[in-house]
Amino acid sequence: MYREQLLKKFNPALDNILYILHELQDNNPEHYLAKEDIRVCADYLEVPYSYVHSVASFYTMFSLKPRGRYIIRLCDSPPCHLMGSQSLLDYLKKALKVNVGETTQDKMFTLELTSCLGVCGVAPAMMINEEMFGNLTPAAVDSILDKRRKEL
Amino acid sequence: MVKAKINNVDVEVPEGTSILWAARKANFTIPTLCSHPDLVPGGQCGVCVVEIEGIPGLKRACMTPLGEGWKVHTHTARLMEIRRQLVELILSYHDTDCLTCIKNNNCELQTLAATLGINTVEWHNLEERLPIDRSSVAIVRDPNKCILCGRCTQVCSNMQTVNALAVNHRGYSTVITAAFDTGLGNSVCINCGQCVVHCPVGALYENSHIEKVWDAIHDPDKFVVVQEAPAVRVMLGEEFGMEPGTLVTGKMYAALRRIGFDSVLDTNFSADLTIMEEGTELVSRLKTGKGLPLITSCSPGWIKFMETFFHDMIPHMSTAKSPQQMFGTLAKTYFAEQRGIAPEKIVSVSIMPCTAKKFECQRPEMRASGFQDVDFVLTTREIGRMLREAGIDLNEMPDEKADSLLGEYTGAATIFGTTGGVMEAALRSAYFLVTGRELESIDIAPVRGLKGIKEAEIDIDGLKVKVAVAHSGGQARRLMEKVQDQLRSEGKSEYHFIEVMACPGGCVGGGGQSWGSNMAKRARRGESLYAEDRSLRYRRSHENPSIKVLYEKFLGKPNSEKSHKLLHTHYYKRSTVDGNIIAEQ
Repeated sequence: MYREQLLKKFNPALDNILYILHELQDNNPEHYLAKEDIRVCADYLEVPYSYVHSVASFYTMFSLKPRGRYIIRLCDSPPCHLMGSQSLLDYLKKALKVNVGETTQDKMFTLELTSCLGVCGVAPAMMINEEMFGNLTPAAVDSILDKRRKEL
Repeated sequence: MVKAKINNVDVEVPEGTSILWAARKANFTIPTLCSHPDLVPGGQCGVCVVEIEGIPGLKRACMTPLGEGWKVHTHTARLMEIRRQLVELILSYHDTDCLTCIKNNNCELQTLAATLGINTVEWHNLEERLPIDRSSVAIVRDPNKCILCGRCTQVCSNMQTVNALAVNHRGYSTVITAAFDTGLGNSVCINCGQCVVHCPVGALYENSHIEKVWDAIHDPDKFVVVQEAPAVRVMLGEEFGMEPGTLVTGKMYAALRRIGFDSVLDTNFSADLTIMEEGTELVSRLKTGKGLPLITSCSPGWIKFMETFFHDMIPHMSTAKSPQQMFGTLAKTYFAEQRGIAPEKIVSVSIMPCTAKKFECQRPEMRASGFQDVDFVLTTREIGRMLREAGIDLNEMPDEKADSLLGEYTGAATIFGTTGGVMEAALRSAYFLVTGRELESIDIAPVRGLKGIKEAEIDIDGLKVKVAVAHSGGQARRLMEKVQDQLRSEGKSEYHFIEVMACPGGCVGGGGQSWGSNMAKRARRGESLYAEDRSLRYRRSHENPSIKVLYEKFLGKPNSEKSHKLLHTHYYKRSTVDGNIIAEQ
């Protein structure tokens, strides 16, 4: 039902498809576009399901798989690489016991890579949901993750 | 008109003609891969690039209209190198196991590679193999063979308006699949197979029943009967190098006997029977005025389309089964009884121009004989393959006749194979059933031909019967939307009777036809069917002597209780998300 409420914010015009999909994804408790999300979007815009699925699968900012409560997006651009993002990635994989694109067993974290976040001055950097973190070290990563685990 | 030079040869073509077609006029063939004569050019592959003097960069010949005074070059050293590189790049992510590919010797990519003289591929093959989608009972999709040309998505969305297939994901991961990545078998796919006949490579093909049919033929305990759809007799010749539209009925019977079918019968017989049942249904609806317009139910692609997108039209559907399924029921009841063969020993095989028939035969309700009525369905392509495997050349076959009981047919039956045929056949008999007289002019020209939605009005004893014919999912959708509107606003439709076929051109354009088909070939096959109709002794279904015997000995009369039990069916409401049954209607 909440989905119908979300749709009311937008005109049923095809131009709004990306805004609608973002809204649906953000409000999905598992941060992804479920079959039901695609279905309601297609019905609202009166386009085929295959079309909406095609759009949703094209853009990397949409996920078609359930994700964790916190989505970690580690910057994958050259400045962050120069400042050691690769070893941070290895560290995150080990700490979370997941590969890129996967979600931890407790559904807390999903590990992703992103193109440049635009904060090269504080490389290496990452985002967790809407929050930005720079000058990262393994120790800093540990404390950031711990803080989120304790928030529960 | 536009005047220009192509490779220094003067050409003059109507304004808007693409460089590709203009070059053909000047006798230069620009190689293509994604281009198809019946589709809108999309410029996906880039193989047809040309140089135009004074215009920077390269232009795609398929989608660039020739300009006045242009000097176009189609085969410079640079262009030839670029084309080779493009095709090499395509080959680097293509599963090039050609010898075991279904399209071996029929593949447009294979031909192109040979034409361009590609002898090595400089790029290393990505080797990443994706799972083959075998979820559908009718159509197999192999993403490893796909070159992303977009023909299948174009026919699925524009021509058929089914929208089962779409381009998903991006970059190297780009793949053409049904929505939600759940496979074609769990999608709105109507199994029409238009994607299959338009695919240039081996990425889409029918779910083959060849092995199972060979097993049945070679099993001495089985009695294998075979039926052939009307359209097959004007298509099978193409599998053996004959001109499109060559009528090979007699040779086909002979060839089928030689590869070991125990009884060679004909779907055309049950097409006449369909007319008796459907025609009677039409007459009774015309008399009562209820349930109009009546809509034909022979095309299994159309049936699933209707069940998915227009299930409110179910009360308007003829309950008569398709000729294939009527034949299947009779083979294991009437035929078994008359010939003294136990029905469980009978294996019923049909040869169809259609992939959707493979879906239809396994529908759970299609077991009126107590067994699966039709066991296996072979497409025209598959029977061509089987005949070649068995070393039989259709060209060398004598003309033979079909076996009795379920073999005799009229001209009305044979035109079932082309768009408008069922309509024309039904009107010939309905006129007789209502008036007791024969229709004077037996050829009903306005419902013939391959133009869009066709309409006609026939006077049956003062009652003006208005009919419409649609062929392709897109036309069916437009027509049904119009009928829905009329029913909603006026409570009735202007039409009394509507024929719908899921494929453009009707069955002669079906998804099981020979590779490399186009609208021109479909038209020639249709003309051949009309020619056969004219040549036959009986041209109205109710004149078929074997049909009269069947009603006398077995069924009673059209729409009798026994007919209803054996020859009529019901429909389901299907989900627009996954095509699965939601409710029985």
